[in-house]
Amino acid sequence: MLYAKAAPKENLVVRSARVVDPLAGVDAILDVRVDDGVIVALGTDLDTNAHRVLQGESLLLAPAFVDPHVHLRTPGREDEETIASGTAAAAAGGYCAILAMPNTDPVVDSAAMLGSLVETARAEAEIPVGFLASITKGQRGAELTEMAELATGGAAGFSDDGVPVSSPGLMRRALQYGAVTGRRIALHCEETTLSRDGQMHEGEVSAAVGLTGYPSVAESLMVERDLSLAAYERQPVHLLHLSAWESVQAVRRARAEGVAATAEATPHHLCRTDEDVRSLDTNLKMNPPLRSASDRTALIEGLKDGTITAIATDHAPHARHEKEVPFEAAPFGVTGLETAFAALYTHLVEPGLVPLETILERMSAGPARAYGLEEPRIEVGRTANLVLLDLNASYRITDATFRSRSVNSWLLGATVKGAVRTTIAAGRVVFAK
Amino acid sequence: MAEIRVMREDLRPPAPPPKRHFISITDVTREDVERLLATARTFERSLEREVKKLPTLKGRLVINVFYESSTRTSSSFELAAKRMSADTMSIKSSGSSVDKGESLKDTAITLGAYDPDVIVIRHPQIGAPHLVARVTDAHIVNAGDGKHQHPTQALLDLYTMREQLGRLEGLHVAIVGDVLHSRVARSLIQALALTGGQVTLVGPPTLLPRGIEAMGCETSTEIGAIGSADVVYVLRMQRERMQEGANYVPSLREYAARWGVTPERLRSGQKVMHPGPMNRGVEIDPRVADHADALIETQVRAGLVTRMAVLYDLLTTGPVAIKAESPLEVA
Repeated sequence: MLYAKAAPKENLVVRSARVVDPLAGVDAILDVRVDDGVIVALGTDLDTNAHRVLQGESLLLAPAFVDPHVHLRTPGREDEETIASGTAAAAAGGYCAILAMPNTDPVVDSAAMLGSLVETARAEAEIPVGFLASITKGQRGAELTEMAELATGGAAGFSDDGVPVSSPGLMRRALQYGAVTGRRIALHCEETTLSRDGQMHEGEVSAAVGLTGYPSVAESLMVERDLSLAAYERQPVHLLHLSAWESVQAVRRARAEGVAATAEATPHHLCRTDEDVRSLDTNLKMNPPLRSASDRTALIEGLKDGTITAIATDHAPHARHEKEVPFEAAPFGVTGLETAFAALYTHLVEPGLVPLETILERMSAGPARAYGLEEPRIEVGRTANLVLLDLNASYRITDATFRSRSVNSWLLGATVKGAVRTTIAAGRVVFAK
Repeated sequence: MAEIRVMREDLRPPAPPPKRHFISITDVTREDVERLLATARTFERSLEREVKKLPTLKGRLVINVFYESSTRTSSSFELAAKRMSADTMSIKSSGSSVDKGESLKDTAITLGAYDPDVIVIRHPQIGAPHLVARVTDAHIVNAGDGKHQHPTQALLDLYTMREQLGRLEGLHVAIVGDVLHSRVARSLIQALALTGGQVTLVGPPTLLPRGIEAMGCETSTEIGAIGSADVVYVLRMQRERMQEGANYVPSLREYAARWGVTPERLRSGQKVMHPGPMNRGVEIDPRVADHADALIETQVRAGLVTRMAVLYDLLTTGPVAIKAESPLEVA
């Protein structure tokens, strides 16, 4: 389900890092030895043999991140991102695996299309990448794709992300039939007759600024519908980029009732609110929109209590000239691969809102579990998927920060804390600074 | 020779020094408003002379860029600049490179190459003046951006209210109609908040935006709520912004019957204002529009002098210079 270019596995030792694996309950200064891409020893004063040594002193070594929600814009908008540039950006962000959404041009809705992406990934992906296929042909919401063949062809899951599956009848069929694929169905929850023309969260700020409101209920109504269908069909669902308090409540309730629902939230929804949109900065325009302070608080609570099981960047590159327009004319979406950890560390961990361990779990094992991928762990016998973090580094985000082909980051110009120093993905050093 | 390494960031033009713009009422303070109204009044006196042209802005260039149709605003900005001897140019979207698909950024950079002192811009999209401000060195005046702001309209409305009613502090203004789509309403609510006014918004529930009370106003869906106001400010039913099937109101007929401002719904002596253009027989009864208590034509005259004041204020050093000598004598 994950594809990357072939490269030799490495032999290395990470020396004296603070090793944190939240699931194993590990938090200690240790050496980690990797032989041929596999973790073979944790301990102190490990033999380096002829291994490459990475100095981990004053750094934190954690399981590398998994981003379940990325737009690689290939095919169709290779000026905005390619598989090579997007996976390089992910490597710089500390990721060992990412999943790409199928809303490309053309849409990934056939085995042939998927096959060509897999081939490209095998030639140029810096880190393992998986591809979701669409639920409906052309994401038009009318006919199911050949889900079984797509799954056999390597689809990591199914989603019409970017648009909802509007018809409840078709959504039900997708859940029923999708069961044969063993892959997760991921849902973009939006009732478009309520969000129509919406530019930002509907509330006090939209009233004052005059931008057309995109009410929370446009999301939560669809979340409720999809959870009801998942409960009825006894099928798991993954809910994409939740933004509203009501949605978090609905997922919490459904999970308590036994629905196998996983849910993600983005760094921007966890860190910023609609108040920031008063600046009319087009890098604060995305779908779903930044919501109120109470929605943000609900997302943070959901993240902490496990209702929100994953952090996803919804990395959405856009050409510079397409964002340099009036707010109302700008496309929805912001990038996030390279800034996710720094954003979350700066806005959630440093102020004491969320424990570091929670962030590390929701950026790594959480998203992997949602799609049935191998969880990155720091245990003997596991593939080395590791990230070395410098929690003391403070730096300014500029155009030069990005390996992505696009720079539409909501953090442009901001000073953040927390830097990725080294990323090891599938047993290979893919980023080092 | 030293090696020069060009970083990607260095290719961006250096940030221009902070410049005063008039994009939103939130850009100004109560003191700014008082100064602008006083300046406008001085200009009004000057227009009573036989020769109305002042040399005040001689040699200055004011470019009016209108991406949306306008009679009052574009003509008054142009005349305001001309009355003060500035050079003016007017660009309209139709017949310009906009027709050829030129982006607002490129149009702004092109016009910026002529070193204008002021760019006055009207645009159907929120945020357009902000973009122009970022890519040119000119002072930017927002002549209306989508549903966001129309700050010079609010200023001329304050001017009209003060001249006609003698005060702004404590003035109760009822704003009636399509608040949801109205940049005029948003600017006026903020302006009246600055000057100590009281605002009641009246209209159908579908056209009163959720959360608007946070701007410091009251709302009512009953037309009777205009009864206690000193000024009834009637908004145009913006038919061009009402998409088909949006169902904000079932029909204009029903709107007029329930929320139209008619003589029967007004108290004697209540002043009526409207930013224009009017839909007679929809939001305003023709008998109200033509009555002596309607200040609509007064508003248009106020538009000229307040826009003169705005241009003058942006191009001079501000309150200190004005205090030192009256604006007319500067010339």
